[in-house]
Amino acid sequence: MGKLRIRREMNLMKRIAVLVVGVLVLGAMVWAQNPLLINGAGATFPYPMYSKWFDEYHKKFPNVQINYQSIGSGGGIKQVTEGTVDFGATDGPMNDEQLKAFQAKRGSAILHFPTVLGADVPTYNIPGVTAELSFTPESLAGIFLGKITKWNDPAIASANKGVNLPANDIVVVHRSDGSGTTYIWTDYLSKVSDEWKNKVGKSTSVNWPVGLGGKGNEGVAGLVKQTPNAFGYVELIYAVQNSMPYGRVKNSSGALIKADLASVTLAAAGAAKEMPEDFRVSITNAPGKNAYPISSFTWLLIPQKFQDAGKRDALKGFLEWMLADGQNYAEALSYAKLPKEVIEKEKRAINSIQ
Amino acid sequence: MATVNPTIQSAGPAAGSRSFLSKLRDGDEIARLITFLFAASVVLITVLLVYELWISSALPRQKFGLHFFVTQVWDPVMDEYGALPFIYGTLVTSVVSLLLAVPLGIGASIFLAELAPPQISDTLQFFIDLLAAVPSVIYGLLGVFIVVPLMRTVIFPGLNKPLGFLPFFKGPSYGVGFLTAGIVMAIMVIPYIISVSREVLLSVPRDQREAALALGSTRWESTWKVVVPFAKTGIMGSIFLALARALGETMAVTMVIGNTPKISASLFAPGYSIAAVIANEFTEATGDLYLQSLIELGLVLFLLTFILNGLARLLIIVTTQKGSGVGNR
Repeated sequence: MGKLRIRREMNLMKRIAVLVVGVLVLGAMVWAQNPLLINGAGATFPYPMYSKWFDEYHKKFPNVQINYQSIGSGGGIKQVTEGTVDFGATDGPMNDEQLKAFQAKRGSAILHFPTVLGADVPTYNIPGVTAELSFTPESLAGIFLGKITKWNDPAIASANKGVNLPANDIVVVHRSDGSGTTYIWTDYLSKVSDEWKNKVGKSTSVNWPVGLGGKGNEGVAGLVKQTPNAFGYVELIYAVQNSMPYGRVKNSSGALIKADLASVTLAAAGAAKEMPEDFRVSITNAPGKNAYPISSFTWLLIPQKFQDAGKRDALKGFLEWMLADGQNYAEALSYAKLPKEVIEKEKRAINSIQ
Repeated sequence: MATVNPTIQSAGPAAGSRSFLSKLRDGDEIARLITFLFAASVVLITVLLVYELWISSALPRQKFGLHFFVTQVWDPVMDEYGALPFIYGTLVTSVVSLLLAVPLGIGASIFLAELAPPQISDTLQFFIDLLAAVPSVIYGLLGVFIVVPLMRTVIFPGLNKPLGFLPFFKGPSYGVGFLTAGIVMAIMVIPYIISVSREVLLSVPRDQREAALALGSTRWESTWKVVVPFAKTGIMGSIFLALARALGETMAVTMVIGNTPKISASLFAPGYSIAAVIANEFTEATGDLYLQSLIELGLVLFLLTFILNGLARLLIIVTTQKGSGVGNR
């Protein structure tokens, strides 16, 4: 019995040894084929788009693998400044102070590359009203400043002739978490209302004069759906994917525009003529007959100088691909494509990465 | 020990370290050392945590000083931060949840420990343990889809009509707010109170009950006047646990509190809590002062927990001294 047991144990040991060696060899093989790893972090809004892109790009070029963590724009800016990631991503462009901080810490400039476009849409829940509502910039600012408190206020009613709006109090709903969506919304309100600009301003989270906060698009949508007479804003993508009703907004040419991928791209095209060289531009309330006014770019943040030539070339390659083939994936995921004018300009900017 | 020690000591090599080595061989010293390290690590982690929070919140401490505690503005655009609405929201929701959960939880634990047949008690205990293990986001969803509409359509009209003259029950109600958060949190902490209190009540010695019954008290009298006071310290412990959970609850609260940094007397008004604002704004906090103000809020929450726990402990000391005739055995 004893001998048999010992033999059995020996067999087991051998098997384990073979297994260990096997794992080691496999590990070494994987190690040898390890692709060039590039790490990025930042905005959550374009995350579905970026993960699709990085996945497709890895399939095409197996020697490059790009990891992206959607930790938020603030985290993205912070981490790329600290140098813990190779590139960042943000929904609101970096301000001058942040650019200086990057220059001081990393000894080079950082470049903004617009990738796709997003938009915010106004959404509401008024019992008894099924018609699609239209909003003027004045009414949107008035509601969010707490100056327009009833649905039948003349400022709202004048743009919605023929709709029987009730005399109920408006329940304003905004995002409670810091988000690019809020940045776009407050950036727009700052442009159309001086009072908003001076009293509240634009940021990923602000000191709201009125309203309830919902966490995430789903939080805002949930509150609006549940609360009678509620009014809030969500990302266009979220509204489209969940088939939520949303209103039209009057643009800078005076036309009432319903947000869709085409009207958002038109806003970018309208702003392209006056686009600064560093792409840090807000395209809310952009000129253009059919441009949707509450639109924005989202950006990749790429350092201008790389220590690692391999990473530099890989990222440059990715940017080229993103501007050409990559754009074709955008509309399937409900992101608006970049207009041609912006793509041409970005292609020139890629060359400045060293 | 005196008879054992010399034999072991003679086996040790060096004369000076004999007793220590022998203790080491016994395992006593090893066990003492290891368990001491474990116990010390708790203190170490706490100290490290406070140190880290203190260091990482230097900017707002310098800029705002004690004003941080009394300012009501929270404005990331103008870089002005004050903690008062968040402290208020955290305290109010915690107090509301304990006011609801303590009587319910203790009542239920008395039934389970003293009055219910053992099979029913054990079966119910199983469900209570299940409830304690449900993640808080699930309770948040329960709050959003059930408590919030119920609050708007049933609870608010029910309380506002008869009690609307009190500032606590003034309208309007959006469904989300302090009371909603308190109710959801009460549902979350009740299992803790029941579970711990039931165990404590069950561990009260049998002769305590028998003595009370022998003196002619009814079953309820023996439960209420003898068993419960005997178990008071343990029951208080369960309430601490509930309070700690309530103060730090994040996910469920942020889903139902309304996320509005305002101080309102009405329980139906929307508010904000410390844990909720940290969870909401930390990821997108770009400026240094902004980020560090959020970290200082974490420090404030830590302090708040510390103070409340201290007060509760003081309360126990005072009350147990008063009732020493019963509890001190």
